[in-house]
Amino acid sequence: MTFPSATLLAQSALSGVFIGSLYGLLGLGLGLTWGLLHIINLAHFAFAFLAAYLCYQLASVGGMDPLLTLAIIVPLFAALGVAVQWLLARFSVSPLNSLLATFGLAAIIEAGIQGVWTADFRKLESVYAGQKFRVGELFVPVPELLTLLLALALSFGIWAAMRYTNIGRALRALAEDAPVAAAFGVNARAHALVLAGVCGALAGIAGVCLALGFTLTPSQIYAWVGVVFAAVMLGGLGSALGPLAAGILIGVSEAVTMAFASPSWAPIVSFTLLIALLLLRPERS
Amino acid sequence: MAIGGAGVALAVIPLLHLPAFYESFLYLVFHWIVLATSWNILSGYSGYFSFGHGAFYGTGIYTTAVLAGKFDMPFLWTLPVAGIMAAVLGVTLGAIVFRVRSVRGELFALLTLAVTFVLATIVLNTPIDGGPGVYLSGVAVPALAPTPSGTFYVLALVLAVATLMIARSIAQARLGLGLFAIHDDEDAAEVMGVPTYRYKLVAFGVSCGLAGIAGGIHALFIAYVTAGSVFNITVPLTVVLMSVLGGTRHWAGPALGATAITLLLYASTAAEQAVAGKAVTGAILVAAVLFMPDGILGLRWKRRKAAAVPATTVHVDAHIATPPPVSARTTSPRADAPLLSLHGLRKSFSGVRALDGVDFDVHDGEILGVLGPNGSGKSTLINVVSGHYRADAGSIRFAGADIARWRAHAIARAGIARTYQIPRPFAHLTVRDNVTLAAMFGAAALDRSRADAAAARWLHFTGLAHRGHVLPGELNLHQTKFLELARALAAQPRLLLLDEVLSGLTPAEIDGAVELIRRIRDRGTTIVLVEHVMRVVTELSDRIVVLDQGRVLAQGSAADVMARDDVAIAYLGVVHA
Repeated sequence: MTFPSATLLAQSALSGVFIGSLYGLLGLGLGLTWGLLHIINLAHFAFAFLAAYLCYQLASVGGMDPLLTLAIIVPLFAALGVAVQWLLARFSVSPLNSLLATFGLAAIIEAGIQGVWTADFRKLESVYAGQKFRVGELFVPVPELLTLLLALALSFGIWAAMRYTNIGRALRALAEDAPVAAAFGVNARAHALVLAGVCGALAGIAGVCLALGFTLTPSQIYAWVGVVFAAVMLGGLGSALGPLAAGILIGVSEAVTMAFASPSWAPIVSFTLLIALLLLRPERS
Repeated sequence: MAIGGAGVALAVIPLLHLPAFYESFLYLVFHWIVLATSWNILSGYSGYFSFGHGAFYGTGIYTTAVLAGKFDMPFLWTLPVAGIMAAVLGVTLGAIVFRVRSVRGELFALLTLAVTFVLATIVLNTPIDGGPGVYLSGVAVPALAPTPSGTFYVLALVLAVATLMIARSIAQARLGLGLFAIHDDEDAAEVMGVPTYRYKLVAFGVSCGLAGIAGGIHALFIAYVTAGSVFNITVPLTVVLMSVLGGTRHWAGPALGATAITLLLYASTAAEQAVAGKAVTGAILVAAVLFMPDGILGLRWKRRKAAAVPATTVHVDAHIATPPPVSARTTSPRADAPLLSLHGLRKSFSGVRALDGVDFDVHDGEILGVLGPNGSGKSTLINVVSGHYRADAGSIRFAGADIARWRAHAIARAGIARTYQIPRPFAHLTVRDNVTLAAMFGAAALDRSRADAAAARWLHFTGLAHRGHVLPGELNLHQTKFLELARALAAQPRLLLLDEVLSGLTPAEIDGAVELIRRIRDRGTTIVLVEHVMRVVTELSDRIVVLDQGRVLAQGSAADVMARDDVAIAYLGVVHA
């Protein structure tokens, strides 16, 4: 093993921060529905990929600016999130069954993507794609920087909303003790739908970030599951800032691993971390 | 033996010289029957849904691929190795994971999914695969039938028959009943004597081993193995779907689901329909989870049970029933050696001292009442003695042995049974099976048929004889509490811990229960009675222990203890002299 140079390590760590911010952005919506609604939404990843493909389609075929596609994608995926939550709530599924049902939904979406865009690799060539600037010795790519900024803004925005708005307070109360919150007049179903809409929109935004920075193929949907779940569990279920912080931590440790070993070993970092987290979490008796 | 008969009948098919397509198609049906049924042995029966079945199946595939493809081991010899490798992996993983109480349900599912990808990364980056995949085109297909496709057919048929027989015998054995109890309430199962850790390990090992053998056969069937095609989510998704669709609580459910889904997926083999097949699979999974979470066989079972339930409920009071002719242990109260002896027992919950050095004895044949205000440590005491919680410090001597570090199921087997303040019946077992389970796994340690007979007697004893065939959810509170009691009694404990069995009952029901408790003691069972209903405690108890803030405040006869000022202060706050 050759020891990488300091610049290479710093560049690796920086790219770890960038990819970690995407982990955090994906984990934000996932963790909110898991922690606050007790729905483990595997379809969140499929939504993000669907949004990525939509963004790809609108930008490369329709000629739209990738960031402008957000105007279409955000409301569309908010509506999708609401629809899924409405369905799950109607059948009052358990967390395990929500995992099963959204697993099925993810498979449907994956098949749909494959049917429309085939299993070939797709890469969005946009005005942002090649843009980068130099800070000292380091290169900063613009699409990744956009992801980081979006993730930061959304995480802090939701953190503030959970803390300072009535809807946020109501949601936290519902997560803590739904019957008591309901007794105080909080409409559980309506609030759940609002949150699911926000999380759907988050999946859409994460999808646009995916499209900006990554090559797309349908089977990649599941490649993100382990690492994002690790970020959510490390950051804390239902936390707004936790997934981003944890995601960046994981991203950096992955990137540094890749600087030392072959990139094909990278999945082992996040999945091992997820296993370790599950096993070593303090037990609540 | 219907499975065996069907197997023999199907074994003649290769002799009919049908086109290879039919044999290959039926091979796939049997292949998926093995995978789904083996998955169900752990995940369906015990509720530990694994998303990692692909990992164990893949272990089998790669074991055979490497041994036969790279080391020229005869194909048939690789199959047992494939099964053993997968079983060893499963048991090793289980030995770690099953020790962690919090990894249940959805977290277990996630963890096993993660294991799949870790394994895939290792296989891909080491000489096991190394990237390009493993070819088995040079491996000879043994001539078990006139054609190679016939050979695969026969192999898969034999394995499917064996798997179904194993799944059925487990479902009907102690192991199966224990796993069903784990599914409903693992902690309660452990406290009633089910060795939950060992049972889960055995089930996981069997489940993974069978999947490994299926993988071994499939390696040669597909003849070219890549990490990407093996360690993906298709296998877990499909087996979960098949089992959920067919019904996870019946041994034949996954086989039914597997047959249906395989027909659907492989009826047409055109490539563009593979994508549609995936979408249909996903849609059926969503629909099955939402509309019939119990599966096809689950629905049928429920309907049959519902038809058997009589519309009217006859109320039989406990004290009318005759005591069952059970060989009561000849226990004479002995003053010298206490049956249970607690010394310096401590238990804290994140800083709160629930038990702060408790010492007292329980003598053979007595009823000891335990009183104390809310939060004084009464329930914690029962939880620690029954092994539900482990004590931080101190000793619990029961019939001569220190059981403070024992697992709950060993304590149950040694002769301690308990009831829960909030009843915890196994929701998917009938009332009678609930009691049968206690008789099988508790100190009584009866075999299934004798336990079932004993269960009938205990249901009669507690006045629930007419409710034996219903699910616990259909009982009212009074009946549910008596079911708790019947379960504890069926274990035939030497020491019975009753945690507020009377709370929430009407005065008339309480009178019946008091009579019942007295008759239990008359049969020679020692009782520790935790209770809020003061009248009952003073009426029933030979001695009373008063707990306050995790310590013994007073003990002695009812009259003495209740006259003490400090006891009154603990209860009422001030003394109004």
